[in-house]
Order: sequence, then C-alpha cells, then structure tokens
Amino acid sequence: MRDLGMRATREAYGDALAEFGARYDFVVLDADLSGSTKTAVFQAAFPERFVNCGIAESNMMAVAAGIAATGRVAFASTFAMFAAGRAFDAVRNGIGYPGLNVKIGASHAGLSVGEDGATHQCNEDLALMRSIPGMTVLCPADAVTTRAAVRAAIEHPGPFYLRLGRLAVPTIYGDDAAFALGRGILLREGRDVAIVATGLMVARALQAADLLAAEGIDAAVVDMHTIKPLDEALLTALAARCGAVVTAEEHSVIGGLGGAVAECLCRTRPVPVLPVGVPDVFGCSGKAEQLLTHFGLTAGHIAEVARQAVSLK
Amino acid sequence: MREADRLGQIATDLRIDILRAIAGAASGHPGGSLSIVEILTALYFDELRQDPARPDDPARDRLVLSKGHAAPALYAALAHAGYFPRGELAGLRRLGAMLQGHPDRKGTPGVDMTTGALGIGISAACGMAKAAKIYGEPYRVYAILGDGELQEGQVWEALMFAAHYKLDNLVVIVDDNGLQIDGRVADVMGVQPIGEKLSAFGFAVAQVDGHSFPELFAAFDRARETTGRPFAILARTVKGKGVSFMENQAGWHGKAPNEAQLEQALRELQGEVPA
Repeated sequence: MRDLGMRATREAYGDALAEFGARYDFVVLDADLSGSTKTAVFQAAFPERFVNCGIAESNMMAVAAGIAATGRVAFASTFAMFAAGRAFDAVRNGIGYPGLNVKIGASHAGLSVGEDGATHQCNEDLALMRSIPGMTVLCPADAVTTRAAVRAAIEHPGPFYLRLGRLAVPTIYGDDAAFALGRGILLREGRDVAIVATGLMVARALQAADLLAAEGIDAAVVDMHTIKPLDEALLTALAARCGAVVTAEEHSVIGGLGGAVAECLCRTRPVPVLPVGVPDVFGCSGKAEQLLTHFGLTAGHIAEVARQAVSLK
Repeated sequence: MREADRLGQIATDLRIDILRAIAGAASGHPGGSLSIVEILTALYFDELRQDPARPDDPARDRLVLSKGHAAPALYAALAHAGYFPRGELAGLRRLGAMLQGHPDRKGTPGVDMTTGALGIGISAACGMAKAAKIYGEPYRVYAILGDGELQEGQVWEALMFAAHYKLDNLVVIVDDNGLQIDGRVADVMGVQPIGEKLSAFGFAVAQVDGHSFPELFAAFDRARETTGRPFAILARTVKGKGVSFMENQAGWHGKAPNEAQLEQALRELQGEVPA
C-alpha cells in the first residue's frame, strides 16, 4: 500500500461538498453536528444553501425530502446512528418510497466513533439502509473515493446513503479513476481466498493479504465501496476463482456487507463465506484503535479468518 | 350559480365519490376524509395556484396531505379538478390500480408528497417552503394535519423549523375533528390547547369552522397577508361530516361502509333523506 497520508472520510466529505457546491446546485442540511460531519465547510462557502435543522433528525430527513420534491438535490448529514437509526421511518417513508433525490451523509459510523460508546456506535446502518428498496448504499474506504462518491451521489438520481467515518484512515488511492458506482475495485489479484472489504477495513484487508502472502496464501482484495447495488459479477467471478471468501466491515456481522455477499453467493456461486465484523454485541467506550482491536477488526484477525476460509475449501 | 353554491355542490360530489371509493375497496378511512372535504374543496377549487394539465409545474402551489389516511378525499378532489379520470377512484386500494391506500407522489398526478406515516408530511412541506425561500420562488405550500397527528413528536420538530425559518409561504391546516382510532383525542392523549401551542411555536393562528367556505377563505386571505412567520388554520371539523351515522363516531375512522350503509349515506348526501 502506498503511503499517501491519513484523512477521515468525513473530512473529505465536507471538502467535496464545498468543492462541488460551486459547480452543482444542491442544498446541504445538518442537525447541529456541522462541525463534526464537516458540512460546516460547505456552510462557510455557500451559507444560503445550508440549512441547520437543530437536533431533530427525523424532521431533517423529511425536510430534505421536501426540498428534493421541488426538484433540487439535498444532502442531509448527521451521525449514522441518528441518520439510519433514529430517522429510519423518515428515510424509509419520506425519502426511499417516494424515490427522492436525497443524499444522506452519515458520519461517525461504526465502532471508530470511539469514546462516546455504544449509544453512538452505529453498527447497524448498512443493514438498515440496504433493506430500503432503491437506496444506493456507499461506504468509501478513503478520502479520494469519498470525493468520488459525493460526485456520484450528485450525478445519479435517487436516494443515497454515504457511510463516513470519524477516524483518520489511510488514503489508498492516488486518484479517483478506479471509482465507478456499483463496481467493486479489485485492489489485489489472488487465487486462494478473496477478501471483500468496505470502509476502513479495506486498508486492513490489504495488510492482511501481505501477512497471508508471507505464508504462501494468495489473497485477492476487493474494495466493495458500493454495498448496494452489489457488484455481483465481480463477486461471483472471485468466488469461482478463489473458492472461499472473507468479508471485512466495521459493522455488525448481521445484515451488512457480509450479509449482502452471502445472499449473493449462495445464489450465484456457493463457497464458504466467513465474516469479519462487529459480533452481535453492543460496543463500548475506548479509543478507536483499541476498539477495532478489541472486536477483531484487524489485519491479523482478517488473516486468521482467511486461513479458516481456505481450510473449508 | 353563486360561488358558495358551486363549492357546496363540489363538496357533496366529493363526499359521494369518497364513500363510493371506500365502499368499493371495502377498506379505507371515511371519517377523516369527510372532515376535510370543505378544506380540500376550498383549496383545489379556489385557493391553490395549480394547473391540472401541468402537475409537474415547478412554480405550482403545493398541497401536502400529512394526514395521508384521508387519501380518498384528496383523490376525489384531484379527480374532480382534472388531474386524472374520476374512473380511477373505483380502483382505490386495489392491486394494480393507481390509487394507493395512502398518497404516492410517484404514481398519482397531483400528489405533491408521499404521506401516510404521520408527521413526515408536515416536515416535507417545510422543506418545500424552505426551498422556495432559498431559490426565491413565489409558490406557497399548504399542509393538512390531523389533530391526532399532533401527538407525533416530529410534528413539533417541523413546527419549530417553520417558525425558525420564518416560512410565511407555509400554511398549516389542522383538521381538529377531536377523534382518533382509539376514541376521543382528549381521552387518548390530549393535544389541546392547539391554538395556544401553535401561537407559542411562532405561528399566526386563525381558528375557523372547517366546514365554512367564507371562514376558510378569510383565513387563507389572512395567511397571504402575514409576513415573517408561518400561518396555521385551526379548523374545527366534524369527523364523518355529512353522513348522520358516521358523524362524531370514532368507529368510522378506518371502516368501510357496507352496501346498505353506503346507500343510506348517498341518500342523505343527495338530499333525499334529511341528515
């Protein structure tokens, strides 16, 4: 992996909104977290198109829906816990069912929120959001693909959910040329096992592949930035080639990337699919890196699970 | 025909279509549909600046039926206004038909917002009104809420938003019929005093008889003249209005009339039997 520095996807999100705000016409909403979600960067550049809704996330989602119903694009931002969790009904019935052009920028997703603890660590949002018909669900791995995801959200009509993190993560890509909506990025070819990762686990999956290579296990690594619609063609081809798959996500092992991959492969190419993710328990307070280690979201653990997957072939 | 007579006749026609559609579906919400007939008649046949030939006109006034279960009333008004053929009303709630149990903006011309989950519509109406402010567009937004719907916390989030952003292009109409599924609103979860609460939330408030066209029009006129804050019309109404055995009966919130009940209701509405 090239050393391109560290940057949180939420930072890239705020910058992208401000950058594209000059070229595209959209409104940005927040719910009293603009300093954290980084929509404040957009607000500073385009105050007339920024709407703070206060601590009222359900209202914000449906206000965004109303703005979209007038023909505009609306970005609505808050923490993933409140975007996907608290406001689920407003997102499902107010944005998803009417198919409105609302882009949900959900930051502080997963365990890596850190010290705030379980109430703020949303490990369920991918499961919730991908259950909504017509919802495009994205979880970019780094700052570069976050910018590309924001542009894709602007350019492709319909509801989007963009999962963003608080923690600074390694920048993986030199430019966003590799990014295409709905197409997983094959970062590393391999024949023995395929590691399909999303979000901050992509960088860890690459490290895991290095560990495995030292043992003579040839692991493919995919950045599955689009959880929905899932790149079934790529997954199926990888399953056929490698014969075993490991999924890696900073999300519950129930219903997220692992669920989506298993749902696909049990239809298209049944092979062992072993999940790396947050087990079926609530998180707790701690530093982000400590938590990721505590719950097994490490390169070492991915490699261990990959060995198990290979042994099941 | 005098204006009041013309509108009164439309209101009666809408009531007949509402009941026929619900009876045909053997499912639906007659009580809260009948209570907003004059409100919808006043809006669609006078107040709203809309052209049924151009349901997607970005400059049109918007109407959001936040109490989406009163969809049959909205559909009857839209059909009479010319948004789609009246024959569609016979398909209400049927598989494969256009008219869903609750309003669907994607599938039905003239429906400005998908509603049904209470509390979402008023927020969306705020979004439409805010968009008009951001982009300097002159259209107005009307939202109809039920009094029971005020129990949803999101409604108050939206009302805060409307006042905070001085949405004087927004008119919130509360259908204050006093009943909800489980009984009297006052018994289930009291929401009064609604007028005082709306005032405290920053709205200019008019209290009207929701079945009186002159009172509704006077309130709409006041709303147009009000600047710097949103406007609320607290409309006292009768649930099941126009059908003697449905009036003020919570049991008719979500129950369809059978054939004999429909026949009696239609006779009353057509003036053959005094209500």
